[in-house]
Amino acid sequence: MDETDKKLITLIQADFPITDRPYAVIGDKLGIGEDEVIGRIGAIMESGEIRRLGASFDSRRLGYTSTLCAAHVPPEKLAAAVAAINSYHNVTHNYERNHYYNVWFTLIAPSRARIREILSEIEDAAGVGPILDLPATRLFKIQVDLPVIDE
Amino acid sequence: MMNPNNGIINDDKSLSGRQQRLVRLLQESIPLSPRPFAAVAAEAEMAPEEVLATVAQWKQNGTIRRFGAMVRHQRLGYTANAMSAWDVPEERAEEVGRALSAADEVSHCYQRPRAEKWNFNLFAMIHGASAEECERVAARLSGEVGVGIYELLFSSREFKKISMKYFVE
Repeated sequence: MDETDKKLITLIQADFPITDRPYAVIGDKLGIGEDEVIGRIGAIMESGEIRRLGASFDSRRLGYTSTLCAAHVPPEKLAAAVAAINSYHNVTHNYERNHYYNVWFTLIAPSRARIREILSEIEDAAGVGPILDLPATRLFKIQVDLPVIDE
Repeated sequence: MMNPNNGIINDDKSLSGRQQRLVRLLQESIPLSPRPFAAVAAEAEMAPEEVLATVAQWKQNGTIRRFGAMVRHQRLGYTANAMSAWDVPEERAEEVGRALSAADEVSHCYQRPRAEKWNFNLFAMIHGASAEECERVAARLSGEVGVGIYELLFSSREFKKISMKYFVE
Protein backbone atom coordinates (compact mmCIF):
# COMPACT_ATOMS: atom_id res chain seq x y z
CA MET A 1 0.00 0.00 0.00
CA ASP A 2 1.65 3.25 -1.14
CA GLU A 3 0.93 6.89 -0.40
CA THR A 4 -1.55 7.14 -3.27
CA ASP A 5 -3.51 4.17 -1.87
CA LYS A 6 -3.65 5.81 1.55
CA LYS A 7 -4.87 9.11 0.10
CA LEU A 8 -7.36 7.19 -2.00
CA ILE A 9 -8.79 5.34 1.02
CA THR A 10 -9.12 8.56 3.00
CA LEU A 11 -10.83 10.25 0.09
CA ILE A 12 -13.37 7.53 -0.63
CA GLN A 13 -14.26 7.02 3.02
CA ALA A 14 -15.16 10.58 3.76
CA ASP A 15 -16.17 12.11 0.47
CA PHE A 16 -17.16 9.61 -2.20
CA PRO A 17 -18.51 11.64 -5.14
CA ILE A 18 -22.20 11.01 -5.86
CA THR A 19 -21.93 11.61 -9.55
CA ASP A 20 -22.06 9.71 -12.83
CA ARG A 21 -18.30 9.10 -13.13
CA PRO A 22 -17.11 9.10 -9.50
CA TYR A 23 -13.84 7.27 -10.18
CA ALA A 24 -12.88 9.90 -12.75
CA VAL A 25 -13.58 12.68 -10.22
CA ILE A 26 -11.45 10.89 -7.61
CA GLY A 27 -8.70 10.42 -10.18
CA ASP A 28 -8.68 14.13 -10.95
CA LYS A 29 -8.16 14.89 -7.26
CA LEU A 30 -5.27 12.42 -6.99
CA GLY A 31 -3.71 13.18 -10.36
CA ILE A 32 -4.27 9.66 -11.69
CA GLY A 33 -6.62 8.22 -14.30
CA GLU A 34 -10.08 6.71 -13.83
CA ASP A 35 -8.77 3.27 -14.79
CA GLU A 36 -6.04 3.45 -12.18
CA VAL A 37 -8.52 4.50 -9.48
CA ILE A 38 -10.72 1.51 -10.32
CA GLY A 39 -7.70 -0.82 -10.38
CA ARG A 40 -6.37 0.42 -7.06
CA ILE A 41 -9.76 0.20 -5.28
CA GLY A 42 -10.18 -3.32 -6.66
CA ALA A 43 -6.79 -4.35 -5.28
CA ILE A 44 -7.48 -2.79 -1.87
CA MET A 45 -10.84 -4.59 -1.69
CA GLU A 46 -9.13 -7.82 -2.65
CA SER A 47 -6.70 -7.34 0.25
CA GLY A 48 -9.66 -7.01 2.59
CA GLU A 49 -8.71 -3.55 3.83
CA ILE A 50 -11.90 -2.16 2.32
CA ARG A 51 -14.87 -4.42 3.09
CA ARG A 52 -17.48 -2.65 1.06
CA LEU A 53 -18.07 0.39 -1.12
CA GLY A 54 -21.62 1.54 -0.56
CA ALA A 55 -24.08 3.13 1.82
CA SER A 56 -24.48 2.90 5.58
CA PHE A 57 -28.14 3.50 6.39
CA ASP A 58 -29.84 4.92 9.46
CA SER A 59 -32.18 2.10 10.45
CA ARG A 60 -34.75 4.48 11.96
CA ARG A 61 -35.06 6.44 8.72
CA LEU A 62 -35.89 3.17 6.94
CA GLY A 63 -38.71 2.47 9.37
CA TYR A 64 -36.77 -0.07 11.41
CA THR A 65 -36.46 -0.13 15.17
CA SER A 66 -33.43 -1.24 17.15
CA THR A 67 -32.57 -2.29 20.66
CA LEU A 68 -29.64 -3.35 22.82
CA CYS A 69 -30.05 -6.76 24.45
CA ALA A 70 -28.25 -8.42 27.33
CA ALA A 71 -28.36 -12.03 28.48
CA HIS A 72 -27.02 -13.88 31.48
CA VAL A 73 -25.63 -17.06 29.97
CA PRO A 74 -23.87 -19.72 32.06
CA PRO A 75 -20.69 -21.16 30.48
CA GLU A 76 -22.25 -24.51 29.56
CA LYS A 77 -24.94 -22.76 27.51
CA LEU A 78 -22.72 -20.15 25.90
CA ALA A 79 -22.00 -21.87 22.58
CA ALA A 80 -25.66 -22.70 21.95
CA ALA A 81 -26.81 -19.24 22.98
CA VAL A 82 -24.29 -17.50 20.72
CA ALA A 83 -25.29 -19.75 17.81
CA ALA A 84 -28.97 -19.00 18.38
CA ILE A 85 -28.37 -15.25 18.65
CA ASN A 86 -26.04 -15.05 15.65
CA SER A 87 -28.43 -17.02 13.44
CA TYR A 88 -30.53 -13.87 12.95
CA HIS A 89 -29.44 -11.38 10.30
CA ASN A 90 -31.14 -8.85 12.59
CA VAL A 91 -28.27 -9.24 15.05
CA THR A 92 -25.45 -6.96 13.84
CA HIS A 93 -23.14 -6.87 16.89
CA ASN A 94 -22.65 -9.49 19.57
CA TYR A 95 -20.01 -9.34 22.30
CA GLU A 96 -19.03 -11.19 25.43
CA ARG A 97 -18.60 -8.70 28.28
CA ASN A 98 -17.33 -8.90 31.84
CA HIS A 99 -20.59 -8.74 33.80
CA TYR A 100 -23.40 -10.90 35.25
CA TYR A 101 -25.05 -10.06 31.92
CA ASN A 102 -22.22 -11.46 29.84
CA VAL A 103 -23.66 -11.51 26.30
CA TRP A 104 -24.60 -8.16 24.73
CA PHE A 105 -26.05 -7.86 21.25
CA THR A 106 -27.86 -5.36 19.05
CA LEU A 107 -31.08 -6.25 17.26
CA ILE A 108 -32.65 -4.35 14.33
CA ALA A 109 -36.11 -5.30 13.05
CA PRO A 110 -39.09 -3.81 11.21
CA SER A 111 -41.21 -3.66 14.37
CA ARG A 112 -41.16 -3.95 18.15
CA ALA A 113 -43.36 -7.03 17.77
CA ARG A 114 -40.69 -8.74 15.66
CA ILE A 115 -38.03 -7.86 18.24
CA ARG A 116 -40.09 -9.43 21.04
CA GLU A 117 -40.67 -12.50 18.86
CA ILE A 118 -36.95 -12.95 18.09
CA LEU A 119 -36.00 -12.55 21.76
CA SER A 120 -38.55 -15.12 22.79
CA GLU A 121 -37.28 -17.54 20.12
CA ILE A 122 -33.70 -17.08 21.35
CA GLU A 123 -34.77 -17.65 24.97
CA ASP A 124 -36.50 -20.89 23.97
CA ALA A 125 -33.71 -22.14 21.71
CA ALA A 126 -30.89 -21.42 24.15
CA GLY A 127 -32.72 -22.01 27.41
CA VAL A 128 -31.69 -18.61 28.75
CA GLY A 129 -33.51 -15.54 29.91
CA PRO A 130 -35.20 -13.32 30.48
CA ILE A 131 -33.08 -11.36 28.00
CA LEU A 132 -32.93 -7.65 28.73
CA ASP A 133 -34.46 -5.51 25.99
CA LEU A 134 -33.13 -1.96 26.30
CA PRO A 135 -34.32 0.22 23.40
CA ALA A 136 -32.91 3.74 23.43
CA THR A 137 -35.35 6.28 24.78
CA ARG A 138 -33.06 9.18 23.92
CA LEU A 139 -30.08 9.55 21.60
CA PHE A 140 -27.44 11.98 22.73
CA LYS A 141 -24.63 11.12 20.36
CA ILE A 142 -23.97 8.84 17.42
CA GLN A 143 -20.62 9.69 15.97
CA VAL A 144 -21.04 8.98 12.29
CA ASP A 145 -18.21 11.01 10.91
CA LEU A 146 -15.50 8.62 12.05
CA PRO A 147 -14.44 7.50 8.63
CA VAL A 148 -13.33 4.03 9.65
CA ILE A 149 -16.35 2.91 11.68
CA ASP A 150 -19.12 1.20 9.77
CA GLU A 151 -22.02 1.71 12.14
CA MET B 1 -44.72 -0.19 26.62
CA MET B 2 -43.47 3.18 25.56
CA ASN B 3 -42.59 3.52 21.91
CA PRO B 4 -38.81 3.86 22.02
CA ASN B 5 -38.79 5.89 18.84
CA ASN B 6 -41.12 8.58 20.07
CA GLY B 7 -39.85 11.92 19.01
CA ILE B 8 -36.65 10.77 17.39
CA ILE B 9 -37.90 9.33 14.16
CA ASN B 10 -38.89 10.97 10.90
CA ASP B 11 -42.38 10.83 9.45
CA ASP B 12 -41.67 9.64 5.91
CA LYS B 13 -40.47 6.20 6.82
CA SER B 14 -42.52 4.24 4.33
CA LEU B 15 -40.31 3.64 1.32
CA SER B 16 -41.77 2.61 -2.00
CA GLY B 17 -40.93 -0.78 -3.46
CA ARG B 18 -38.48 0.85 -5.87
CA GLN B 19 -36.78 2.75 -3.07
CA GLN B 20 -36.48 -0.46 -1.06
CA ARG B 21 -34.88 -2.11 -4.07
CA LEU B 22 -32.38 0.76 -4.25
CA VAL B 23 -31.57 0.30 -0.55
CA ARG B 24 -30.95 -3.40 -1.16
CA LEU B 25 -28.45 -2.53 -3.92
CA LEU B 26 -26.65 0.29 -2.11
CA GLN B 27 -26.17 -1.71 1.09
CA GLU B 28 -23.95 -4.02 -0.96
CA SER B 29 -20.97 -2.74 -2.97
CA ILE B 30 -21.44 -0.53 -5.99
CA PRO B 31 -19.60 -1.86 -9.07
CA LEU B 32 -16.05 -0.93 -9.98
CA SER B 33 -17.00 0.20 -13.45
CA PRO B 34 -16.80 3.74 -14.84
CA ARG B 35 -20.51 4.49 -14.27
CA PRO B 36 -21.40 2.58 -11.07
CA PHE B 37 -24.59 4.51 -10.33
CA ALA B 38 -25.84 3.92 -13.87
CA ALA B 39 -25.24 0.20 -13.31
CA VAL B 40 -27.16 0.35 -10.03
CA ALA B 41 -29.93 2.28 -11.78
CA ALA B 42 -30.26 -0.41 -14.43
CA GLU B 43 -30.70 -3.06 -11.74
CA ALA B 44 -33.13 -0.89 -9.80
CA GLU B 45 -35.05 -0.12 -13.00
CA MET B 46 -34.62 3.59 -12.37
CA ALA B 47 -33.06 6.38 -14.39
CA PRO B 48 -29.41 7.09 -13.47
CA GLU B 49 -30.38 10.70 -12.65
CA GLU B 50 -33.04 9.47 -10.24
CA VAL B 51 -30.55 7.23 -8.43
CA LEU B 52 -28.05 10.10 -8.09
CA ALA B 53 -30.76 12.48 -6.89
CA THR B 54 -32.12 9.94 -4.40
CA VAL B 55 -28.69 9.16 -2.96
CA ALA B 56 -27.93 12.87 -2.62
CA GLN B 57 -31.26 13.45 -0.91
CA TRP B 58 -30.79 10.48 1.44
CA LYS B 59 -27.35 11.75 2.41
CA GLN B 60 -28.78 15.18 3.01
CA ASN B 61 -31.71 14.01 5.20
CA GLY B 62 -29.68 11.44 7.12
CA THR B 63 -31.23 8.28 5.65
CA ILE B 64 -27.72 7.47 4.43
CA ARG B 65 -25.34 8.13 7.31
CA ARG B 66 -22.29 7.74 5.16
CA PHE B 67 -21.57 6.70 1.60
CA GLY B 68 -18.16 5.36 0.65
CA ALA B 69 -15.57 2.80 1.59
CA MET B 70 -16.20 0.79 4.74
CA VAL B 71 -12.80 -0.27 6.00
CA ARG B 72 -11.85 -3.19 8.14
CA HIS B 73 -9.63 -1.80 10.87
CA GLN B 74 -10.63 -0.01 14.03
CA ARG B 75 -9.94 3.64 14.71
CA LEU B 76 -6.20 4.15 14.42
CA GLY B 77 -4.59 4.45 17.82
CA TYR B 78 -7.78 3.44 19.59
CA THR B 79 -7.53 -0.18 20.48
CA ALA B 80 -9.75 -0.42 23.55
CA ASN B 81 -13.36 0.44 24.05
CA ALA B 82 -15.58 0.21 27.06
CA MET B 83 -19.33 0.31 27.34
CA SER B 84 -19.90 2.58 30.33
CA ALA B 85 -23.26 2.38 32.09
CA TRP B 86 -24.36 5.10 34.50
CA ASP B 87 -27.03 5.29 37.19
CA VAL B 88 -28.32 8.84 36.87
CA PRO B 89 -31.43 10.31 38.53
CA GLU B 90 -34.05 10.60 35.78
CA GLU B 91 -34.33 14.37 36.19
CA ARG B 92 -30.60 14.72 35.49
CA ALA B 93 -30.45 12.23 32.61
CA GLU B 94 -30.63 14.79 29.82
CA GLU B 95 -28.02 17.12 31.30
CA VAL B 96 -25.61 14.26 32.08
CA GLY B 97 -26.20 12.64 28.68
CA ARG B 98 -25.22 15.87 26.97
CA ALA B 99 -22.16 16.29 29.17
CA LEU B 100 -20.92 12.74 28.49
CA SER B 101 -21.54 13.24 24.77
CA ALA B 102 -19.34 16.33 24.74
CA ALA B 103 -16.25 14.20 25.49
CA ASP B 104 -14.15 13.35 22.43
CA GLU B 105 -13.55 9.85 23.82
CA VAL B 106 -17.30 9.11 23.76
CA SER B 107 -18.55 7.94 20.35
CA HIS B 108 -22.11 6.94 21.24
CA CYS B 109 -24.39 7.95 24.10
CA TYR B 110 -27.95 6.81 24.76
CA GLN B 111 -30.54 6.78 27.50
CA ARG B 112 -32.16 3.37 27.98
CA PRO B 113 -34.64 1.85 30.44
CA ARG B 114 -33.49 0.21 33.66
CA ALA B 115 -34.17 -3.51 34.06
CA GLU B 116 -33.92 -6.37 36.51
CA LYS B 117 -30.40 -6.59 37.94
CA TRP B 118 -29.52 -3.67 35.67
CA ASN B 119 -29.96 -0.39 37.49
CA PHE B 120 -28.34 1.87 34.92
CA ASN B 121 -30.00 4.28 32.51
CA LEU B 122 -27.25 6.04 30.53
CA PHE B 123 -24.84 4.33 28.15
CA ALA B 124 -21.67 5.87 26.73
CA MET B 125 -19.18 4.10 24.48
CA ILE B 126 -15.68 5.16 25.58
CA HIS B 127 -12.63 4.73 23.31
CA GLY B 128 -9.02 4.77 24.44
CA ALA B 129 -5.59 3.41 23.68
CA SER B 130 -5.93 0.87 26.50
CA ALA B 131 -8.40 -0.41 29.08
CA GLU B 132 -6.61 1.68 31.72
CA GLU B 133 -7.10 4.80 29.65
CA CYS B 134 -10.82 4.03 29.31
CA GLU B 135 -10.97 3.70 33.09
CA ARG B 136 -9.21 7.05 33.55
CA VAL B 137 -11.61 8.71 31.11
CA ALA B 138 -14.61 7.25 32.94
CA ALA B 139 -13.24 8.43 36.31
CA ARG B 140 -12.70 11.92 34.88
CA LEU B 141 -16.21 12.02 33.41
CA SER B 142 -17.66 10.75 36.69
CA GLY B 143 -16.09 13.71 38.47
CA GLU B 144 -17.19 16.16 35.81
CA VAL B 145 -20.86 15.13 35.85
CA GLY B 146 -21.03 14.32 39.55
CA VAL B 147 -22.31 10.77 39.06
CA GLY B 148 -20.48 8.20 41.14
CA ILE B 149 -22.38 5.04 40.28
CA TYR B 150 -21.21 3.56 37.01
CA GLU B 151 -19.77 0.39 35.56
CA LEU B 152 -17.39 -0.29 32.69
CA LEU B 153 -18.05 -3.36 30.59
CA PHE B 154 -15.17 -4.43 28.39
CA SER B 155 -15.67 -6.86 25.57
CA SER B 156 -13.65 -10.04 25.94
CA ARG B 157 -14.80 -11.67 22.71
CA GLU B 158 -16.46 -10.49 19.52
CA PHE B 159 -19.08 -13.02 18.47
CA LYS B 160 -20.47 -11.07 15.54
CA LYS B 161 -20.06 -7.75 13.73
CA ILE B 162 -21.86 -7.20 10.42
CA SER B 163 -23.68 -4.47 8.52
CA MET B 164 -27.45 -4.75 8.67
CA LYS B 165 -29.19 -5.87 5.48
CA TYR B 166 -32.54 -4.15 5.12
CA PHE B 167 -35.64 -5.28 3.25
CA VAL B 168 -34.51 -8.87 2.88
CA GLU B 169 -37.18 -10.50 5.09
